[in-house]
Order: sequence, then structure tokens, then C-alpha cells
Amino acid sequence: MNLTSIRDLLAAQPVLLDLEPADIDLMAGCAHNQVFEPGTFLAHEDEPANHFYVLREGKVAIELHSATGPLLIETIGSGDLVGWSWLFPPNRWAFDVEAVATTKAIVIDAWCLRDKCETDPAFGYRVMKRFAQVMVDRLQMTRLRLLDLYGAGNGR
Amino acid sequence: MAADVATAVPARPAGPMVPVRYRVTARHQDTADSVTLSLMPIDEPIDDPEPGQFTMLYVFGVGEVPISVSGCPSREGVLMHSVRAVGAISRALCRLEPGSALGVRGPFGVGWDVSSAEGSDVLIVAGGIGLAPLRPVIREVLAGRERFGRVAILIGARTPDALLYTEEIEQWRAVPDVHVEITVDAATQGWTGNVGVVTTLLEGLPTTPTSTTAFVCGPEVMMRVVARDIVESGADASKVRISLERNFQCAVRQCGHCQLGPLFVCADGPVVSWTKAAGLLAVRRW
Repeated sequence: MNLTSIRDLLAAQPVLLDLEPADIDLMAGCAHNQVFEPGTFLAHEDEPANHFYVLREGKVAIELHSATGPLLIETIGSGDLVGWSWLFPPNRWAFDVEAVATTKAIVIDAWCLRDKCETDPAFGYRVMKRFAQVMVDRLQMTRLRLLDLYGAGNGR
Repeated sequence: MAADVATAVPARPAGPMVPVRYRVTARHQDTADSVTLSLMPIDEPIDDPEPGQFTMLYVFGVGEVPISVSGCPSREGVLMHSVRAVGAISRALCRLEPGSALGVRGPFGVGWDVSSAEGSDVLIVAGGIGLAPLRPVIREVLAGRERFGRVAILIGARTPDALLYTEEIEQWRAVPDVHVEITVDAATQGWTGNVGVVTTLLEGLPTTPTSTTAFVCGPEVMMRVVARDIVESGADASKVRISLERNFQCAVRQCGHCQLGPLFVCADGPVVSWTKAAGLLAVRRW
């Protein structure tokens, strides 16, 4: 049986490609694999953000619960990062994260990684840049959605 | 007397400015504000349109509006147009029932040139009503599946209820070796698909960017973002085609309402390569 190490799995994720090999080594020391079946939750709103996820396969939904049921905000698929609440106080999840397909994720322990970022600020800066890029991409996509591009236009 | 007047109309009106009479033979309500009309000629028909071309549809007593062809007579047996009610004329078009008559001028402009994609991978990205001009492309590619490489169809819509051709999309999904993904900007209760902008679907495609021909149609901002991302992934900009929408009035390069830089979009477009469009769409107001 051919087992791929967690380090190699991390290194193969496009979202982490601009990190240096030594950074991947550091991150791998805080990581483990986990599979989430549809309907299970990776995170719950307002709970401590002790992890973040790199999705290898599958799809998750970012949701808010409401009296009428969950409100689906966005779906995130393989190759993407889920969770940045671990980086900023109060370090609590802002949304629910539910697997909507069988999802293979690399789970990163936030306490472990935060310690390494504090100890090695250069590493921490590179991690922060990576997450900032993900946040900028999501912000830009959110702005496009706010434009309601497919809504009624000015036509004849 | 009305019949006498009708028989007095020439079999084929002279010139591109004179509408040919067509009759609505079928009307399908696609969404709350969109319908697909099937048309058959009363007089001698217009030339067979290519996928990507448009016609000017004239609602008698109301006005004329440019609408892309969503089904070609050569393949469907009827001329098909999908119309979204956004203004007085398009609302009047959407209200037409089978048996109603209307005027048709065209076909106009440059089409998608689907045959030039033969041998390469095909990426089709549609947003909103932009799926309508791409429907003939999809039908042609799927009908000649063996002539193309890997095929990916990405569809974005405002909400699940705003999706066009939902039954037909399921047929596309059923074709082996065709990647179909849908995303919506806002989910409604019960929606289990993707939520997010259509560019998020560009990740993890089966198509190879360097050997891909892309056909993109939707709101202009969406096309800009999608085309830029496709080219950044390694695709040749000359093989990324978008369909521009402008204020088409005469449709024959005379009135200038549709001018975009050096282009008369009614005749030089609506389909243009990203090589040609990128610079023109980057021009801002100052």
C-alpha cells in the first residue's frame, strides 16, 4: 500500500504552493487527515476556532443557522482553505461549516501553528500573506455577488 | 381585407432593414421572467443563423430588440430565442402566445465559430441569460462529441429559480465525459449545489488550459473576470471568446449606437476574442 505523507499532501495543495518547503514541514507538524461525511460539521458558529482546514476532496457549505433552517452563504471545494478565525481574536468561528459531500480534509491545529508563527515571525508573515490572499479573493468574490450581476439590467 | 394586405407583402422583403414575418409556434416559460419562443416563418425565412449570431425581433406596435439565437433552424427545425423581460419590448415579447406574429431581421454579426474548436478541449462559461446564446454551442459540441477534447460547462445564476433550461442541463450532465457545474449567487431553501461566483468553478477543471477553446457569455463584468482568469491559467487569449452586448439599433453598421472603440459590435461582434476585447473593455470613463 502506497501511503502519502501528510507533508506531501500539504505540499501538493495549490493553495499552499507559494509557501517554502520548510514552511510546509512546519505546518505538517501540526496537521492530520480527517474525513467528514455529508451532514457532519467541521465547525460551529461561536465555538473556539482551534483548527483550520485544507480541503483535499469534497465540498463544504458555509452557513448561518436561523429559525427557518440553515442559510447557505457559500460553498467551498477541494483545494481551498476553510477558516481564518483562528488567526484573529476572539478566535471563534463566525459561521457553521458543514460537509455537503464526502470531504477529505487536512486539519491544522491552530494552537500548534500559532505558536510556530510567534516563534518564527518570518514564517508567520508568510502564513499571514497566504491567508490574506485567500481573504482578498473571497472579499472580491463577495463584492461581485453584491453587484447582483445577473439581476435585472437596463434593457429594452 | 387584412388577408389581401398580407398576400401583397413580398415573399422576401428586400434588404436587412425590413423584418420578415414569423409566427410563434411554441412558448416555454423558462423562469419567472424568461421565456423561450419557437418561431416559424410566415414569409420566406431569414438565412439560417450561426450559433452566437443575433436577430432583431420586432413586436408590432411596440418596437424592436436584439436577441441572440438560442436554437438554430438547421438543428431544431425552428428558430428559437430565449428572452428575459427587462424592458417594454422584451416584456411584450415574453407575453407573446403561440399563434402571435412578429417581425424578424437578421441574422446579424459574428458567431462563436464552434468548428474552430474541433480537436481542442472546450470550456463553456455562462452567466444568467448568457446561457441562451451558448445553448446552440453546447448542443453542437455534444452532438459531435467525438470531434472535441474534454468538455466543461460552467453555469452561474442569481438563484436556483433563475436557472434556464433546467431539464436540458440534466441531459447535458448525463452525457459521458462532460463536466457540468452550476453555481448560484444566493441559495434558496433546499438548494444543495454550489454557492458563489462562477469563477470559483474554474478550479479543478478536467480541461487543459493550453489546449482549450473557451466560450464565455454573461454580464460584461462577469466575462471580464472569467476571461482574465482563464487566460491567467494558461489559455491562449485568441481562443477565449466572449459575446459583447451593446445598444444594437440598425444592426448593419450604420447608426453607430453599438460602437466600441474601432468595433461596430453589431457587425464585428457580438462574439469577439479576448485578444480583441481585453483592451477595449479596459477603457474607463475619465
